Amino acid sequence: MNILTLVRQVPDAEARVKINAQQVDLDGATLVIDGMDEYGVEEALRLRESGAPIEQIIALAIGPKRNEDALRTALAMGVDRAIHVETDEKFDAVTLSRVVAQVAQAENATLILAGGQEADWDSQALGAASAERLGWPQLTWTNELKLDGDTLTGRHDVDDGNESFRATLPAVVTTQQGLNEPRYPTLPNIMKAKKKELRKDDPATYGLTGKVRTVNAEIQTRARLNTMIDGKDAQAAAQQLLDLLRNEAKVIA
Amino acid sequence: MILIVAEHTAGKLAKATLEMVTAARESGREGPITLLVLGQNVAAVATEAAAVADQVLVADLPGLATYNAEVWAAATTQIAQEGEAHTVIIGGSRSGREYAPRVAVKLDAAYLEDATKLSSNGAALQAQRYTYLARVTETVEADGLVVVTVKPGSFAPAAPAGAAGEQYDVELTLPAPRVEVTGKSVEKSSRVALTEADVIVTGGRGVGSPENFSRYVEALADNLGAGVGATRAVVDAGWRPYAEQVGQTGKTVQPKAYIALGVSGAVQHLSGMGKSKNIIAINKDAEAPIFKVADYGIVGDINEIVPALIEASRK
Repeated sequence: MNILTLVRQVPDAEARVKINAQQVDLDGATLVIDGMDEYGVEEALRLRESGAPIEQIIALAIGPKRNEDALRTALAMGVDRAIHVETDEKFDAVTLSRVVAQVAQAENATLILAGGQEADWDSQALGAASAERLGWPQLTWTNELKLDGDTLTGRHDVDDGNESFRATLPAVVTTQQGLNEPRYPTLPNIMKAKKKELRKDDPATYGLTGKVRTVNAEIQTRARLNTMIDGKDAQAAAQQLLDLLRNEAKVIA
Repeated sequence: MILIVAEHTAGKLAKATLEMVTAARESGREGPITLLVLGQNVAAVATEAAAVADQVLVADLPGLATYNAEVWAAATTQIAQEGEAHTVIIGGSRSGREYAPRVAVKLDAAYLEDATKLSSNGAALQAQRYTYLARVTETVEADGLVVVTVKPGSFAPAAPAGAAGEQYDVELTLPAPRVEVTGKSVEKSSRVALTEADVIVTGGRGVGSPENFSRYVEALADNLGAGVGATRAVVDAGWRPYAEQVGQTGKTVQPKAYIALGVSGAVQHLSGMGKSKNIIAINKDAEAPIFKVADYGIVGDINEIVPALIEASRK
């Protein structure tokens, strides 16, 4: 069996995001592989190391050139080869799931690992939409996963707690913190990764027509009062804070 | 019509449902606001729903006793098609955001995810949403048939409008669930749910220990009738259950007051609470990033300030 793992290159959580002409401008921002995707890459490798009969682990990225770096990271971590559908056009997750579904079928993947939430578009939709296009079940927010034959078992977060599950491949699994601790690529593996295949696919072959337009991006900062209270006298500070919350902010009775 | 899938728990309509009704009213889209109630033994929920909707469709079926993404997607799609809905609104909960994309694919609809505002721009439905770990607010739009998820806490809960809507029972053909649930642990709390709380008290590593977390964070929350939150560091350390985690990989909240005790304010945490109406921070480190977003801040020792706060708030 083959595993398809989805990756993207996103601004680091601490990076300053700028807006230019009503669009997000990543120029100068530190970019990294999305941490939630990294869990997916790591989990694919661990499933293979645990003895599951996995022939190939393939990383897929769809988007601008910067995503090559996420694919290189995945290759250095240990995936076998990478596919980059390179496009500068921004497509919504439901549209992008067309590419994921077509690649999964062409590559005979029976398990897709995707990040639980994207650190750039804050979207949780790609895994679920891909599962629907393929007619597969999905497990989202997974923090524990085992594969025995074609049976997946594990645990994932739901609205009011967490559930243990059992499902049969093919399936889509999205990641959550706690799933694993991703490995750092070693220097020899980074060197080896340079020889691995990174295929470039033409987006036109996947027939993408987006349905969602981004018309504006802005940084809305809520004006904060920044009222500071001296904490040296604890009783006085506590009383002053409570008075402000009662009488000025009017948030407590 | 505008189809809204009602969220409900323990036989009660969730606040998120009332927020979705407001979203529908503000969307500028026309047609009756229709609430779809999926579940088993949901008569009481349907009656509550009728108070705020033009009509209520009730699917009270054994196959809907427990949530499953594929079943919910199939049910919602079937009703949307039969009712020729042009707008389908689903809650931005964990479950809502996992089955809504499936509905969008089934209906070949556009999907606007996690909307914090809705309006019409000509024929297009326009939504605002947060991106880049909630650092950016984007406006996105789509034409025609649109599936929307609505971010909890973004819209005011709808008040009843006029006479109660009519209730209709609906039949559904449901697929068999393919994911078997073999165990469930519900993180029960006697306190108000984080996503519904007006006031939240959150503790970070600066609280010092699991014992201090109970002594300070929980005690203050109880005095204020507040929900209890935790940072990822505290959850990772095993002090508190994951259900209390606020932030990128936990819950997103926007209460009237968010009281952060010993929280430094990492970007991942801010992305989950930065839109709170009032932020109150108590931390011994005056340079902690949390103070930059705070309305009220006390630089001081948690061990002295919080007991004083608990004592004073008891009165």
